[in-house]
Amino acid sequence: MLEHLDVVTLSRLQFALTALYHFLFVPLTLGLSLLIAIMESVYVMTGREVWRDAVKFWGTLFGINFVMGVATGVTMEFQFGTNWAYYSHYVGDIFGAPLAIEGLMAFFLEATFVGLFFFGWNRLTKVQHLIVTWCVALGSNFSALWILIANAWMSNPVGAKFNPQTMRMELSSFTEVMFNPVAQSKFVHTVSAGYVTGAVFMMSIGAYYILRQRHVQIARRSLTVAASFGLASALSVVVLGDESGYTAGESQKMKIAAIEAMWETEPAPASFTLFGLPDLKSETTKYEVTIPYVLGLIATRSFDKPVEGIKPLVLRNEARIRNGLPAYHWLTEQGGRPNARLPDELEGSMRDAGYALLLKRIRPDIENATPQEIHEAALSTIPDVPVLFWSFRIMVALGFYFIALFAVAFYLSSRRRCGRPWFLRLCMLSLPLPWIAAELGWIVAEYGRQPWIIDGVMPTFLGVSSVPAANVAASLLAFVVFYTALAVVDVGLLIKYVRKGPQGPHEPELEAGALPEAQPAYDASR
Amino acid sequence: MFDYMTLRLIWWGILGLLLVGFAVMDGFDLGVAMLHPFVAKTDVERRVSINAIGPVWEGNQVWFILGGGAAFAAWPPLYAASFSGFYLAMLLVLLGFILRPVAIVFRGKRDGLLWRKVWDWLFFVSGFLPSLLFGVAFGNLLLGAPFHFDASLRFIFEGSLLGLLRPFPLLCGVISVVMIAMQGAAWLAGKSQGALAARARRIGALSALALVAMFLAAGLWIAVGVEGYRIESPVDPAGPSNPFGKEVMRGTGDWLLNYARFPLTALAPAAGLIGALVAAVLLAAGVNRGALLASSVATAGVVTTAGFSMFPFLLPSSSHPGQSLTVWDASSSERTLGLMLVAVIVFLPIVLAYTSWVYYVLRGPVTEAAIEKGDDHYY
Repeated sequence: MLEHLDVVTLSRLQFALTALYHFLFVPLTLGLSLLIAIMESVYVMTGREVWRDAVKFWGTLFGINFVMGVATGVTMEFQFGTNWAYYSHYVGDIFGAPLAIEGLMAFFLEATFVGLFFFGWNRLTKVQHLIVTWCVALGSNFSALWILIANAWMSNPVGAKFNPQTMRMELSSFTEVMFNPVAQSKFVHTVSAGYVTGAVFMMSIGAYYILRQRHVQIARRSLTVAASFGLASALSVVVLGDESGYTAGESQKMKIAAIEAMWETEPAPASFTLFGLPDLKSETTKYEVTIPYVLGLIATRSFDKPVEGIKPLVLRNEARIRNGLPAYHWLTEQGGRPNARLPDELEGSMRDAGYALLLKRIRPDIENATPQEIHEAALSTIPDVPVLFWSFRIMVALGFYFIALFAVAFYLSSRRRCGRPWFLRLCMLSLPLPWIAAELGWIVAEYGRQPWIIDGVMPTFLGVSSVPAANVAASLLAFVVFYTALAVVDVGLLIKYVRKGPQGPHEPELEAGALPEAQPAYDASR
Repeated sequence: MFDYMTLRLIWWGILGLLLVGFAVMDGFDLGVAMLHPFVAKTDVERRVSINAIGPVWEGNQVWFILGGGAAFAAWPPLYAASFSGFYLAMLLVLLGFILRPVAIVFRGKRDGLLWRKVWDWLFFVSGFLPSLLFGVAFGNLLLGAPFHFDASLRFIFEGSLLGLLRPFPLLCGVISVVMIAMQGAAWLAGKSQGALAARARRIGALSALALVAMFLAAGLWIAVGVEGYRIESPVDPAGPSNPFGKEVMRGTGDWLLNYARFPLTALAPAAGLIGALVAAVLLAAGVNRGALLASSVATAGVVTTAGFSMFPFLLPSSSHPGQSLTVWDASSSERTLGLMLVAVIVFLPIVLAYTSWVYYVLRGPVTEAAIEKGDDHYY
């Protein structure tokens, strides 16, 4: 099987694997760091030691998770150079800047203070330590902001212009890159998804303790904090979610059409397909169950604009491929010379040169492509419809489930009834769900913009390094082995420390047999 | 603000600054990791060794990440060429950088003897491997790497992993190892007490002396046995970033031309040699703070020596010298360099300020008593 795998496939596999693996740790870091900061604020305000024990306990789990996030994040940054060298060369002028600023502004903050968070308890005043904790939370959130600005640029490459003298994209407006609408919605969506992950994590472990009647004081407080924080976050994941970004950029149009398995343009008001079986061969979706008006609202925020379907988008892409060929022709003749100047009449064609590059996968001398081959290249702009269709639906369903779960938790905890065993078991069973939703989210976002590494500018297959396939295969294998071993160790340690539970003298155990409800209503401020 | 030529020079300086920052700051983390199984014998000593860098290694590692980010943003062709060209070597460096954090955090989380032994040795690997390979990479930069660009400026590497392991780069690798061992030992000497500190001082002084000897040997080799590169055609320092269209010649000893042209640059190798000698003396005498300072000066001197020797080259091509990457033809656009400079001017002082505060808060040695009492028990 391996001999069929080329450098492109192997590099994509490796990047997908390392990114999805890295993103097992990131959402929890985002959520837990903020939850811990909130709990420590309560500790500083009330002065009650039980909150400090809670912060220390969640801090230990945070640390085990955080270190894996750091270790796997290094790989991400350097993989652009090792595996996607032509991509790095082609867009480093724009894409590198947010990454560097992330290091300078966010990662230094987070990484410098995380050490002090653990080692500073005896060396800092309460307020100083609280500030340190908030710096860690702030740093991780700023990190997410800059990384997502970089990431969103790949889906909606604004503020950039091709320079024929250097044969690469160069920055024309950093404000456009920073205020990219796709980046804004991605940031809000991703960090709130992280908050949900942290809240579900805290709730399900808290539920485990209450069920076992261990560490109940800390568990109940954690549950209360997680329920209210989680409810707000789950609402914002869905309400402020990705939708507002969908209308920006070409790839987002194709992405939303693919997510909807919507082959023809939906006349306004577009309806949302709740269920169906997308069929690639006949280019139709069978057994559709639709909800009228909803898609129009999501995709265009209106009832009077149509949502474009896959087939018309493919036709448009076919025209763009043809339009891009003259610019490509000029570039192969003139480009790369230090004194090259693009003729004015080719400006329009240049905007579509990226589309012409799609033909490279089909034949090297793309200027001689036949109409058939151009059509074939246009068809390659359709992402994997069934995968997107189902990933998106499961993710959204989970999103609504989280709202319901937190709403129940919030209701119960405000009435001090969160000791109900059915509810506690539900919380425990929900533990893996945010990770499933988060990973599916990345599949929708990144797999959904294929075949582009930068939408409309560079096809993914062109971005790779010129390295032997054997090297990429070796590194892929090394990552699989290495990451699997680390995952086993990491999960083992998390379980061990959850079993061990919070340590501290300020945490009276309940008497055996006493149901939490039977206890006098506890004072949440204690 | 500045013209394109000045911006390129400034960014060459910033890249150097980040490399020095990485070598000095993360150097003592890597060094402690490398020395860990040798200087720390008992479990308590090993906890002291890990806790000596425990609170700061994460922040220090950002120098490496930022160096990568800055190369990506300011020198994209260099970033693309060096990372894909040295593919398997970079992979090994990355494995080291994945292993180190987890070894630090995971080792103390279980009690088993085997568990701790395994992580102790993985910790060693995580310090040794990157230290060696960074030196080897620098050696290969000085020799040049076999690569060229096609018409669309796609980078094509013609070498292999084994091709990187030539005698001169291996010497550079060993220089890097002893330099980082010196730095780690100097840090550990100040952060520990008793037998552990004594062992650290001894091994640190020996590493410093080894550094002096090998640094001199490498200098001699560069003077008589290594072909340097020089640009023969006129250069437009404000021209587009395009490695075509220049003429480059090679000649033995050419890497020393800059020292004749700009005599002040000779301060760099001098700092490397004198710093290491002073570090050796101060370590032997037990002056920990002075030794760390001298060792840091030596480290900065060694790194900048390589940079000054090669200027304006960043990555010379041994197979197509004319396509070598230089400061003048491998940078980002003027706009990006200017924008990023603003970010550096705003944020770097803030970073340095809070980093200093953190070091101030954490000052003083890690005591065995504190570890046994459980005060700093996180690791």
